Amino acid sequence: MDSATSDHPPLPERRERRIPLGGNADNGLKIVVVGGFGVGKTTMVRSVSEIRPLNTEEVMTQAGAGVDDLSAVRGKTSTTVAFDFGRISLNEQTVLYLFGAPGQERFWFLWDRLFAGTLGAVVLVDTRRLADSWYAIDRLEQHGTPFIVARNDFGGPPHTQQQIREALDLPAHIPLIDCDARSRESSKQVLITLVEHLHALSTTGRPVQETTSP
Amino acid sequence: MSRPGRDEDPDRLYTLTGGRSRAGSAAAAFDLVTLVVSESEPTAGMQSEHATILRLCQYPTAVVEIAAELRLPISIVKILLCDLLDQGRITARHPRTAPATPPGARTAIAATGTGGPVPHAAPLPDPHLLEQVLVGLRNL
Repeated sequence: MDSATSDHPPLPERRERRIPLGGNADNGLKIVVVGGFGVGKTTMVRSVSEIRPLNTEEVMTQAGAGVDDLSAVRGKTSTTVAFDFGRISLNEQTVLYLFGAPGQERFWFLWDRLFAGTLGAVVLVDTRRLADSWYAIDRLEQHGTPFIVARNDFGGPPHTQQQIREALDLPAHIPLIDCDARSRESSKQVLITLVEHLHALSTTGRPVQETTSP
Repeated sequence: MSRPGRDEDPDRLYTLTGGRSRAGSAAAAFDLVTLVVSESEPTAGMQSEHATILRLCQYPTAVVEIAAELRLPISIVKILLCDLLDQGRITARHPRTAPATPPGARTAIAATGTGGPVPHAAPLPDPHLLEQVLVGLRNL
């Protein structure tokens, strides 16, 4: 609805390129891309985002109790976790925010605070460092957050999907796909695969848990 | 640099929020992706962060975008937003993802938890919403 020319108020410094949402936007959704350092989270977010990825942060206490008590911010006991995000306007009302989240342990203290209500997650893996993803997959399963696994192609030695599934101990009902995070089309396909998976879950109920007693 | 920055003294953050130690339930209502819309113009003498938020939110702007623009932690921004909400200077459009009534299948799963922990409690999103998301993604 807005033309390229704008009458936005003058904003200082780097903000001249900020692209506002349309006035009717009223529903923000979240998808989280989880993975180890250097696996391509920000690359994937950048590939599909309509804005240059932004970075922000949250503070937490060392105990992981959260940040309701801002007096903790004053002390040395607080640490920050930073994360990137991008944005995709899906239609006039609905806006999807994509978050790139590091998979390391301390981040999970903030998962509920930051990502409660997320539609689902993409676990981005590098086959040269599959072990980096174990922790994230465990935590997502514990949280009951639906997810898929996407293998970012770094041109390493080929592995079969079955080899990767076994290395990740990934149940058969969780989609595993290959992608190139640098490619908009490929990254878009990753998101579509996730949302199709979510749709199947939401219409047919969750797949039977493997942990049910015999 | 005149804007508050992430490397700034924590005391500065403390001052920004008037030293309040708790954001309360109102701040908890703000999600990362709650879209904030200004309902008034900045006024003279207003705290600069409040004024910046009002300018940013002339168009709907997510909490996380506000935090990135202000270069402040999310929790600090939520407190600032609560101030503005209390004053009627902004409105908040909170995310809507969950179905109005949970599917029976999920209720059944929850009910049959026999001893073992049932880890997942979050409702799955509304299928119709997911269909809209798919349409939007395919049109990218």
